Amino acid sequence: MTVNPLITLQNVTKTFGQVTVIQDVTVSVYPGQVQVLLGENGAGKSTLIKMVAGVYQPDGGQILVDGTVTTLPTTRAAEEHGIATIHQELNLVATMSVAENVMLGRMPTKLGMVDRKELRRQARAALALIGLEIDVDTPVGELGIARQQLVEIAKALSINARVLILDEPTAALTRHETQALFAVMADLRRRGVGMLFISHHLDEIAEVGDTVTVIRDGHFIAEVPASTPEDELVKLMVGRSIEDQFPRRADETPALTEVLTVENLTSAGHFDDISFTVRAGEVLGIAGLVGAGRTELIRAIAGADRYDTGSVAVRGTPLPKGDIQAAIRAGIGHVPEDRKGQGLVLDASVNDNLGYATLASSAKLGLADFTGQRRRAEAVAAKLRIRMHTIDQPIRSLSGGNQQKAVFGRWIIAASTVLLLDEPTRGVDVGAKVEIYELMNSITAAGGAIVMVSSELPEILGMSDRILVMRDGRLAGELSAADATQDTVMTLAARDVAAQR
Amino acid sequence: MSTTTLAPTRRSFDYKTFLANNGALVGLVVLCIALVIATPDFLTGQNLLNIGIQVSTVAVLAFGMTFVIVAGGIDLSVGAVAALSAMASGWFFVSAGMPGWVALLGGLAVGLLAGIVNGAANAYGKLPSFIATLAMLSVARGLTLVISDGRPIKTAAEVSFLGGNIGPVPMPIVILVLAALVASFILNRTVLGRSMYAVGGNAEAARLSGLPVKRIIVTVFALAGVFAALAGLLLAGRLDSAQPQAAAGYELDAIAAVVIGGASLSGGLGKISGTFIGALVLVVIRNGLNLLNVSSFWQQVVIGLVIALAVGADVLRRKTRNS
Repeated sequence: MTVNPLITLQNVTKTFGQVTVIQDVTVSVYPGQVQVLLGENGAGKSTLIKMVAGVYQPDGGQILVDGTVTTLPTTRAAEEHGIATIHQELNLVATMSVAENVMLGRMPTKLGMVDRKELRRQARAALALIGLEIDVDTPVGELGIARQQLVEIAKALSINARVLILDEPTAALTRHETQALFAVMADLRRRGVGMLFISHHLDEIAEVGDTVTVIRDGHFIAEVPASTPEDELVKLMVGRSIEDQFPRRADETPALTEVLTVENLTSAGHFDDISFTVRAGEVLGIAGLVGAGRTELIRAIAGADRYDTGSVAVRGTPLPKGDIQAAIRAGIGHVPEDRKGQGLVLDASVNDNLGYATLASSAKLGLADFTGQRRRAEAVAAKLRIRMHTIDQPIRSLSGGNQQKAVFGRWIIAASTVLLLDEPTRGVDVGAKVEIYELMNSITAAGGAIVMVSSELPEILGMSDRILVMRDGRLAGELSAADATQDTVMTLAARDVAAQR
Repeated sequence: MSTTTLAPTRRSFDYKTFLANNGALVGLVVLCIALVIATPDFLTGQNLLNIGIQVSTVAVLAFGMTFVIVAGGIDLSVGAVAALSAMASGWFFVSAGMPGWVALLGGLAVGLLAGIVNGAANAYGKLPSFIATLAMLSVARGLTLVISDGRPIKTAAEVSFLGGNIGPVPMPIVILVLAALVASFILNRTVLGRSMYAVGGNAEAARLSGLPVKRIIVTVFALAGVFAALAGLLLAGRLDSAQPQAAAGYELDAIAAVVIGGASLSGGLGKISGTFIGALVLVVIRNGLNLLNVSSFWQQVVIGLVIALAVGADVLRRKTRNS
């Protein structure tokens, strides 16, 4: 390559205490190219990014900017070199307008007061760079997540960013929104911006990337072209080949016992007249676009939200509305969509997090059953292969996949037989994904029933025995595993494409 | 996400971690050593008993506050509720003519009731705990003045007993130890205590796991109310009378003790032992500055700096831990 890299991390090493997180890794970002950083959760991707962004200093090796050895002691220093990061958690002030967010920290002033006219003009110019047409007076909180992301990219570009770090920007986007983001990325590439891109969606790599740097356990493994076949990438990333990404083993002769019965369930503004049943040993997938009412439906069944009319029954026993405890007693376990916000108490230990659902039921005279809890937690952590130092470490320090396994583990300890899964593998790496799928198999093999909401079509198609498609809060159709393809599901999910946002 | 190990770490005594996790205790020890050197009056039996008596009120209030802060709330009303409970107890005894022990229990019941109202306003009324308890602060202090008409009321012998001595040991110290044991037991061993950490750490996750979050919140404030009432009775017992302006501003001492003890105001973290040390730090500083003849005006300045220092160290500690 004759073009010089914009930035190079050369043989960098980073240790925390006695733990080496990154060892001797080299990665470069070239102008007009998308460098993909690939690795499982905990492989050290975040640490690498934070070194580029000026959050961490490497303990060994060096950082070259335009070929010159540079230190980036602060994020401000990185910004001055034209390096901008779009984090997973967006750094926008929800209550302020788009214009104010874009110009935050550099508001144009006139006589010491904010010059609103100039503010709007500069913000519009920044948005025009990426072809985003929105009212700059809209509060950012009113925009969807995809547009918020674009606002942040516009903000980065308006401070002349030459290197854009995109940390899992597509994790919360629909397919449609992802395409829009990729179009922007393609445009930036033409204009010579170098990008460092992280994603757990392997299919996106060939689509948007140029070169892939694979790291595993903090070590550099390989640099390969983005056109490398997916299973090859997985092998590099995990260190072994994964035979089957979706190892669904359905029962040959499905049982006839109905475990979960939902009848005419309606919640005004969320979902309307939903009826279905799930039998023992079955995985029912629920597909649909974001906003189709899938999460609201799952939450209503779990007792987390109330609903207007209809009924939910487990093994013939009706459940009271909006009563989580009754649902849990009936055998329901709910793995919510937002692991950190709704699933886990991040500062609490793995042990505590595994035990919340059984805290009261295992207690005697109001005293928590510590020995029993620890025994159960250790057994389930071993069974689910939750990777950790000790069961007493805060769950915050585990990788996404292991955190998710802990949410599952909570319901296994509670002996739940009806699992309601909402995006069960979001932000989970390939290795842990397969482990979660195997877990679903073992639950259904033991006579349990699973309802799975997912925005990842391959997962829906690969793991469901039957698929319901929701659109605008209604059931748009039902497909058997045999009949379902990406096309048939998507046609049902978005029949009226023009009506989408 | 970035903290998975590559190499197993050596297990040895890590003094840095110990210091970082026990900052308040280390501070207390340093403080005591400094005072022993600075003045011969510090390390005397009488002075230590004085410290014990002074710390009892603050610590008992702060134990209740620990529950609330661990569960993610704040209780600004504890000082006022302490005063109201003591005053109510005095009124039950003097004006209503109840037996002394009934008046004592009645005082505790008033604290319980105030706490339940706080908790219900927060959990069911959706008022932020800051606002709910700020309102209670005003109401409770106002009722105290109404009942007493601004004058002290004599307490029952049973209440005065709480301020007396058993042999050489002052009763407040005995109560303090018992209260610490009970509070620690509740927080560490009971389902309620463990639930407090979950609710304070992430209320939604706790709710979705089937914990009765609203009931837990009400119980937490109710406990804080009872501990406040106990502190109020201790104070009244020492003076043989319930004072209308008793314990004014004590809620801030209680919050400071909890925070110096390492609890997080965002909830989910905190220990009774830490709170106890925090209360001791506050009282020992005041006591030491008194012995050194530092004016009470300057004492306030010092206390403020100590709070800022303790919380600053705590923020720093959290930052390094999460990186």
